[in-house]
Amino acid sequence: MAKLLFIQSKAPHGSLFGQEGLDAILMGTAFAECNVLLVEDGIYQVLKAQDTRELGTKDYSVTYKALPDYGVSTIYCSERHLLARGLTPDDLVVPVEPLGNDAIKQLMADHTAILGF
Amino acid sequence: MILHTVNKSPTQHRGLATCLEFVSPGDAIVLLEDGVYAAVTAIEGLPAGTQVYAVRADIDARGLADRVAKSVLVIDYAGFVALCIRFSLFRNWS
Repeated sequence: MAKLLFIQSKAPHGSLFGQEGLDAILMGTAFAECNVLLVEDGIYQVLKAQDTRELGTKDYSVTYKALPDYGVSTIYCSERHLLARGLTPDDLVVPVEPLGNDAIKQLMADHTAILGF
Repeated sequence: MILHTVNKSPTQHRGLATCLEFVSPGDAIVLLEDGVYAAVTAIEGLPAGTQVYAVRADIDARGLADRVAKSVLVIDYAGFVALCIRFSLFRNWS
């Protein structure tokens, strides 16, 4: 069975990468084991208290909360990139597992394909 | 082993810096498009056995042909395709 690693590396709302990536994750879960890794500004995808009502776009951060229902049990993030942004897991809308760089290298090697957004 | 690609300038984007955090020994990096601006200096912090390649068409187009660092191997599109076949995993950092 395919094992896909989705890497989100861009902030939300400034481009469509994040939302497209999340859509791809949801599709991927239909036929493959999927895991999600947040790096760099991709961590901001799941920052709490996003309010896009005035912007007029969808706050899709809430969709991350549904990922366990789609079989994505763990959302990983770069511990370094989390700290570099002055954040802790408590600042995020979903539980994340912070990983060091060696663990991230192992995570990437443990998949059959890596899809980046 | 992973074939990493970087297609943005290292002085304007964090793609290369992020890539360097997650490169393992035996991986390779291909610089293409504006990523080739990273080929003019030797890239520091690479694990042993990690080769850096740069795509000739992008180097030539940007006037960098005489500026490529010795440690960087210049490849054509066929060489790029060959690398894509050799590595099982692929990741672009932009």
